[in-house]
Amino acid sequence: METIQKKAAEDTSELALVQAAKQGDLEAFSQLVKQYDRNIFRIAQHIMHNEDDAQDVVQDAFFKAYRNLEQFQGNSKFYTWLVRIAVNEALMKLRRRRSDKTVSLDEDVETEEGTMPREVADWGPNPEQLFRQAELSDILKKTIQGLPPGFRTVFVLRDVEGLSTEETAEMLGLSVPAVKSRLLRARLQLRERLAKFFKPSKGGDGQRELH
Amino acid sequence: MNCTEFLKELTDYLDGSITGEVRAELDEHLLWCHSCFVVMNTTKKTIEIYRDNQLFELPDNLRSRLHDAIISKCKGSKSGKKTTP
Repeated sequence: METIQKKAAEDTSELALVQAAKQGDLEAFSQLVKQYDRNIFRIAQHIMHNEDDAQDVVQDAFFKAYRNLEQFQGNSKFYTWLVRIAVNEALMKLRRRRSDKTVSLDEDVETEEGTMPREVADWGPNPEQLFRQAELSDILKKTIQGLPPGFRTVFVLRDVEGLSTEETAEMLGLSVPAVKSRLLRARLQLRERLAKFFKPSKGGDGQRELH
Repeated sequence: MNCTEFLKELTDYLDGSITGEVRAELDEHLLWCHSCFVVMNTTKKTIEIYRDNQLFELPDNLRSRLHDAIISKCKGSKSGKKTTP
């Protein structure tokens, strides 16, 4: 009950900040930036995989949000609206960088890779402890970078940022089933790729077949 | 239930959004299918590893530079408010 009340109070005070910022109150907008800059940076980094580009995305997203605050009607949460702007900025930037390729949330949706697991050897109880922290971070970054942008975007919102399927769908302008399908593929592809680092070197358990 | 059907439900199963009869069927499949058990278990582990190892934290000095850059850019522009009378 207390949590619900606290949440309601937070929503109200956030709405007040948004209203003030709409009137040009930069101090209020600054508080909104401080509230969400870490999240937006993480999301941008996951999509861009380049710190300079991620910084640009953060700046452009907040600036665009400020310029377009009038269009924010308060039907969704401010954060949902902000993430949607940031994801669009990031995808646009990727598109410009790879002008020969289309980059969209629909990319590679038809691929069959990762839908049927090939690697079914179990991992040890704490596979991440096989590596030093820096090595582990490197493995995790390279692995997620290998996913199509649309898949890693869904994965980072749902599984890293902990947002709900419905919120993610709203942020990305996708249907709930589309988010679920991308999430499943993203999770399975990451699992498949991490298996080569995390499965025990001996054991020969990987040859079992799915029915 | 076969493995393909199990995999289709894996995301909802891991998110705990499946209950009742379907969940019982999935649990039963896991009892006898070692491959799906491993896939479920290692997928769960994959999610946990990514969740527990925040890869891209924003360093404090960069954070304050970004903040200042954003605010100064906003200062130089019209605010969100339409100024037409």
